[in-house]
Amino acid sequence: MKVEVRVYPKEGVLDPQGRAIAAALGRLGHAAVRDVRAGKVFFVELEGNDATAAETEARRMAEELLANTVIEGYDVKVVGA
Amino acid sequence: MKFAVVVFPGSNCDQDCYHIARNLLGCEAEYVWHHDRDLKGADVVILPGGFAYGDYLRAGALARFSPVMESVARFAEQGGPVLGICNGFQVLLEAGLLPGAVRVNRGLRYVCRDIYLKVESAETPFTLLYEPGEIVKMPVGHMEGNYTAPPEILAELERERRVVFRYCDADGRVTDASNPNGAEHGIAGIRNPEGNVVGLMPHPDRCSEDLLGNTAGRKMFESVVSALAIR
Repeated sequence: MKVEVRVYPKEGVLDPQGRAIAAALGRLGHAAVRDVRAGKVFFVELEGNDATAAETEARRMAEELLANTVIEGYDVKVVGA
Repeated sequence: MKFAVVVFPGSNCDQDCYHIARNLLGCEAEYVWHHDRDLKGADVVILPGGFAYGDYLRAGALARFSPVMESVARFAEQGGPVLGICNGFQVLLEAGLLPGAVRVNRGLRYVCRDIYLKVESAETPFTLLYEPGEIVKMPVGHMEGNYTAPPEILAELERERRVVFRYCDADGRVTDASNPNGAEHGIAGIRNPEGNVVGLMPHPDRCSEDLLGNTAGRKMFESVVSALAIR
């Protein structure tokens, strides 16, 4: 199974990278940009073909390692077999 | 009295700490490789600065899963003094031995310079030789030192006087300008509730002998020697 895990700064947690990117976009003329938060995506391939099991396992990976849940949120999506 | 200095792949201040313990303080010192579980009978454990596991994913995130960290956690639980310096502090945060997390510096740059610190708690084994409120100059060198924690944890740290060092100016004023990385409440170092686990972003190991032009950090190492002698 192919799973995508997105990890990003929690709402309300200062994100210096996102803020710098937002400022740069503004300088490039993207005047409509209000805010940017910068995160990461993990493309994980798992053995087996049980989508529910894959999602559960990916959530555990996020909790244990991929995200620091003090400052980061995450979501998990099964994207293919 | 024996120091254990943990060596992760990518640690780069391990030799400094070993040198201080052995050559400046005349204590025994042992390196402990990240794959080892045996702390070699150490009385104090130092997690040194550097870039453990390349700081991949997040600073300290992978190091916390190394076998040695199980032993360090057990040692800490039994009251053994543990000091995390810079990257070592980041490892302690990721391992949950200290609360909170560090983000990228607010200036988005690696900060490498001398800063001033106020000693907020002289009640830990690593700070007992400092005067409470003493102002000390120490170098910092980090990209992720922007400390944060949920509001209730920050309140708890303040209430229980668990902030050990706070960034300040030369006169001891805690100002935004004297904060090198944007850390909440100007927090440079904290301790656990028991006080035996201390972590800080600045580098006492880089200011512990006259040759380096500053000896302000040496008292951290001398403090733990005194603390263990008393115990």
